Amino acid sequence: MLNRLTDSLNFQAQALSLRSERQRLLASNIANADTPGYQARDIDFSRALREATGDLPVMPAMTTTQSGHMSPPAGALADSQKLFSQPAQTNLDSNTVDMDRERANFVDNTVKYEATLRFINGQVRTTLDAMKPVNAA
Amino acid sequence: MSMFQIFNISGSAVSAQSQRLNVVASNLANVDTVAGPDRQPYKARQVTFQTAMVGARDDMTAAGVRVAQVSEDQSPGRRVLDPKNPQADADGYVTYSNVSAVEEMVNMISASRSYQNNIEVMNTAKTLLLKTLQLGNS
Repeated sequence: MLNRLTDSLNFQAQALSLRSERQRLLASNIANADTPGYQARDIDFSRALREATGDLPVMPAMTTTQSGHMSPPAGALADSQKLFSQPAQTNLDSNTVDMDRERANFVDNTVKYEATLRFINGQVRTTLDAMKPVNAA
Repeated sequence: MSMFQIFNISGSAVSAQSQRLNVVASNLANVDTVAGPDRQPYKARQVTFQTAMVGARDDMTAAGVRVAQVSEDQSPGRRVLDPKNPQADADGYVTYSNVSAVEEMVNMISASRSYQNNIEVMNTAKTLLLKTLQLGNS
């Protein structure tokens, strides 16, 4: 029964986890801006969120079938969900990181992460308010 | 939580860019060195970057960067006719290093921009994580 109190938080919690995963992807892109041959990656956020909340069927993630296999960390996206960025300009060393676009995406993701935090806080506060006793008039 | 990895990723990038700056500084310091008796002038050095996994042992999605190797530029040094120089060879030529100051300055600007960008990424991640810790506090 208690999980009905926190079920409303599930959507935002999933969004928060995806936002932090995207933040890590963008940080990897920025870190590898000078690496020859590096391919910039990003995720389609709305699609990934729909898959995570069950609206869309999920493509199978990596599984470990033998002892030597490395397992993906909890919450990591399958490699098929990560898309490659289209480079705006070609580069002699075939590096596809566009620094301006990565920085813009990073700021965008940061603001949306904070927005998600505030939504969660608002919902938590609403739930707590509903539990407070009514002040006798 | 996956955002903690950002410190590993950006930390590796900052370290790699600072090695690149070291190499630029070495090259610029040796612009005017002259070949010694062994006839080998200073050769400009270059760093090569490579993607490196900086996550935990079984985490394959944290793509940091590392310096794969420091290679030397093999093009011949600058030859200047100066018979009075004690280092001149039999024809009166002195061989200086093959460092191009303009290229090194461009390298330095690019390295410092990348360095600043990665520091900014780390600061932002730190701010967001601190705010996440405040979750639920009214």
